[in-house]
Amino acid sequence: MALLAYESQVRPGLVDGPKDYHQVTEDLVRPIEANPTRAWWIGFLVSVACLIFGIYSVTMQVIYGVGQWNLHKTVGWGWDITNFVWWIGIGHAGTLISAILLLFRQGWRTGVNRAAEAMTIFAVICAGQFPIWHMGRVWLCFFIMPYPNTRGSVWPNFNSPLLWDVFAISTYFTVSLLFWYTGLLPDLATVRDRAKLKWRKFMYGTLSFGWSGSVKHWQRHEALALVLAGLSTPLVLSVHTIVSFDFATSVIPGWHTTIFPPYFVAGAIFSGFAMVQTLLLVTRKVLNLKEYITVEHIEIMNKVIVLTGSIVGIAYLTELFVSWYSMNKFENWAFFQNRVNIFSPYGWAYYLMMGCNVLSPQIFWFRKMRRNVTVTFFMSIIVNIGMWFERFVIIVLSIYRDYVPSSWATYYRPSIWEVGFYVGTFGLFFTCYFLFSKFFPVIAIAEIKHILKRSGNVYKAKMGHEEAETAEEFAAENLHHDH
Amino acid sequence: MSVKKFVVGIFTDEQVLFPAIKKVRSAGYKIHDVYTPMAIHGLDHAMGLRETSLHTAGFIYGITGTTTAIGGIGWIFNSDWPINFGGKSHFDLPAWIPITFELTVLFSSVGMVLTFCYLCQMAPFVRKHHFNLRSTDDQFTMVIELTDKTNEASAIDFLTSVGATGINTQTAETGWWLGRYDKDKTPFEQKGTALV
Repeated sequence: MALLAYESQVRPGLVDGPKDYHQVTEDLVRPIEANPTRAWWIGFLVSVACLIFGIYSVTMQVIYGVGQWNLHKTVGWGWDITNFVWWIGIGHAGTLISAILLLFRQGWRTGVNRAAEAMTIFAVICAGQFPIWHMGRVWLCFFIMPYPNTRGSVWPNFNSPLLWDVFAISTYFTVSLLFWYTGLLPDLATVRDRAKLKWRKFMYGTLSFGWSGSVKHWQRHEALALVLAGLSTPLVLSVHTIVSFDFATSVIPGWHTTIFPPYFVAGAIFSGFAMVQTLLLVTRKVLNLKEYITVEHIEIMNKVIVLTGSIVGIAYLTELFVSWYSMNKFENWAFFQNRVNIFSPYGWAYYLMMGCNVLSPQIFWFRKMRRNVTVTFFMSIIVNIGMWFERFVIIVLSIYRDYVPSSWATYYRPSIWEVGFYVGTFGLFFTCYFLFSKFFPVIAIAEIKHILKRSGNVYKAKMGHEEAETAEEFAAENLHHDH
Repeated sequence: MSVKKFVVGIFTDEQVLFPAIKKVRSAGYKIHDVYTPMAIHGLDHAMGLRETSLHTAGFIYGITGTTTAIGGIGWIFNSDWPINFGGKSHFDLPAWIPITFELTVLFSSVGMVLTFCYLCQMAPFVRKHHFNLRSTDDQFTMVIELTDKTNEASAIDFLTSVGATGINTQTAETGWWLGRYDKDKTPFEQKGTALV
């Protein structure tokens, strides 16, 4: 029998075990059809508890004002914007996996793209909370949108990076949501067609929009996915570029840096991949999906982590070099006194960042470490901590000892409500993720089926015959096959 | 809306499906549609479907977004409410690039997804006739529409000969997403002896 798809034996297989199409459906729909496990309930309830604490913290801040946070004249941006940039960065890996890797025809994305895209959406929701609630009078938050109003009309400033942010993040959220949901439609239809319970039939029937799997629909679906990927690729780069403009277009030493856009994008992908690892290592264990999220997937993502971690490391060093080379005493102060000087009040944060982001990922140069699940999980947490501190270093360390030494004494510590808000976004993120993992297929079923006969290990093993053939024999057998 | 009769052939292997489609088409049967659990590249060409124009629609929506952004900001800053930002130009195009880009992407994506849903007739609460529930699982379903030129028994025989593993006959009322281009409104059953 001629092959419809052939893949070199050099490439590792992406689906383990003897699978056929039906088995793939069974494996991937099982977590949805089964009752939630005890681990799921514990995780879900802890997340909800964090979320409630976050809601309480935000409520306190809304009632009593932004003064509930320990921000002051010198440090006007603290934990809130740090967390905002951190969450936005987390989201970027999802789009990278789903869009950029689709354009590059990377088969391994199919095992992880659905969960990564979901992560993007939840992370962007969490990120959006920070600027919104920082506005103080949050009930007037619609003022940031340009609409013909009765005040003049007074329009927002379209030349301001803060307004660019509004557009960038709302667009990013919308496009990510559309991309994720159109990809989900065929899989929701799979769940719908297997459903036995009435509410399940209704729910998945509604969610799947009446997807039938017609060839014409698939053709349009593929075209849509490709164009959305093409649009998302520059979009994801633009989003973190614009986030970095919030700082780069200012005149604060330490923020006023032309290297910021690529540096922020690399950092975003770096932290995002770490979060993908954290989530997927837990998901594959709890939902027993080790045959679909294989060690190969983990290894490839670790390669991305060591690459982007090193890019970020070079960016850190470049910043120092440019600061030194500028011979500007304020630039020098921002980098060499406020950061590199380990005896400065926040010097420890700089070295924590360096250790977590630049040094520790170098362990992934070793194949054995890249393929070790425990090491990967540990490293994913380390990288996330490091990337949080990177944003903290950029934001707070650039401003906490500024031009006026009289304001230096005000060492910035977050209040309980700032911490609570951050914990609350974790609650929001994981509550969403737990619900997603319960009600939606965490792995793209149709896409796994699409690569199954090309990249499934069982099918690859049978390609040994083709592997041994000469090119002429292979062509004679396959190219003249009638279809 | 017309009620039509379909012969449904079920295949379990896409490598059988491809030659089967070719044979069914050349035998002159009208393939209503083929339903597959995943995208199979080349199947659209095998069925003789034309390329989708969704890309073109996306491009048009994108251009709309670009002009909306530049036109909107330009009008606001130059005509509706000109503000002096530190003596900078009122027509400050480089500073508009981010928003212009975002709106281009936003319009294009939203427009394309809505067009996709419209073309495929997909929306929440839409109910369609599904010929084979396992065509979203592991089976490939070829649906042949019976016309006054085709005979049910011969269609069944032919499907068996090209490798269908299960065959049945279904009568379905075609929604307007199925019968949009049909001028023929006569229900199948009333055509009586027109079948050969």
